[in-house]
Amino acid sequence: MSGLFFIFISAVFINNFVLVKFLGLCPFMGVSGKYQSAIGMGLATTFVLTLSSIISYFVHTYLLVPLELEYLKTLSFILVIAITVQVTELILHKTSPLLYQVLGLFLPLITTNCAVLGVALLNIQQQNNLIQSAVFGFGASVGFTLVLVLFSAIRERLESADIPESFKGTPIALITAGIMSIAFMGFGGMAR
Amino acid sequence: MNPIVSLIIISIVALAFGFIVMWVSKKFKVEGNPIVEQINAILPQTQCGQCDYPGCKPYATAIANGEAPINQCPPGGEEGIKKLAELLDLEVLELNPDNGDEKSIDMVVEIVEPDCIGCTKCIQVCPVDAIVGAAKQMHTIILDACTGCDLCIPACPVDCIISIPAPIPNTINRIDKPQLFTLINEAQQL
Repeated sequence: MSGLFFIFISAVFINNFVLVKFLGLCPFMGVSGKYQSAIGMGLATTFVLTLSSIISYFVHTYLLVPLELEYLKTLSFILVIAITVQVTELILHKTSPLLYQVLGLFLPLITTNCAVLGVALLNIQQQNNLIQSAVFGFGASVGFTLVLVLFSAIRERLESADIPESFKGTPIALITAGIMSIAFMGFGGMAR
Repeated sequence: MNPIVSLIIISIVALAFGFIVMWVSKKFKVEGNPIVEQINAILPQTQCGQCDYPGCKPYATAIANGEAPINQCPPGGEEGIKKLAELLDLEVLELNPDNGDEKSIDMVVEIVEPDCIGCTKCIQVCPVDAIVGAAKQMHTIILDACTGCDLCIPACPVDCIISIPAPIPNTINRIDKPQLFTLINEAQQL
């Protein structure tokens, strides 16, 4: 149990996918302009990432390993992620139109989110079992959502802040992300 | 393992995934947003933009999302508000005066053709493409298509567009009733 908790905390803070491992930077920069859309993107990613890390575990353990096709894991995981996103989108559209409207645009974007593929591949690399994979995936997505929401809140403030002309827009966003990264690197000292 | 075998296996896996998506997409097929469609059916389809939205469908979507009150549609008038209130189980509101007044008689517009200078300004503002004409040519209005939204009247630099009573009420959806409109038109010409 404490092992799972450690995996979770480590994925959220110490090895935060965005700020420490540089994965999933595209939505981190792209969708963090508004607080609302950041929450939507975070929720969608959390759902897809957790689900796809579980499915890719099954695909790897019961399909690729018995057939000795481990070298195809990247390709098959991309497939799994694409399918998960697509199916999630279809089911959401039918069953929960409200949630679909909140997440709608962001769902397809997750297909190309490298954090999702990164989690699937890291699960294999760390030889996580099913529960560990799920917790690791969930932790990674909670960490992603956390920094995305924090960052969007900062960016909303930056909109109205008095910023020097040459820093306006993307430069200040990148600098802010860098400073946030320093803060998250600080967690690294807490546990080895 | 033989690369060709692995190629075949990955193709089969991909195909299987494809079938899953196909099955899900059939199982969970969505025919538009039902509530938006229902609201849209009540709106008069004048596409006049007086509700501050680009057309009836966007306004219907906004109502469905709870972003807009139901009293912003002057062409629909009180009758329309009542129907919307009934459908959405809301209270009947007064028509918002900021969006314009409900007209007692249905009106369409007509171009006083001798005065038209052919500037095309009215064509650009017409939300239903009911005005035909080209630059420096006389324009005219297709009465069947005009919804009486009056957006072209302020756009005309020589004030040659006037409001006239409509041959049939605007609120009747003309797309559904083209024969009726033609009949009334013919009767009036006799």
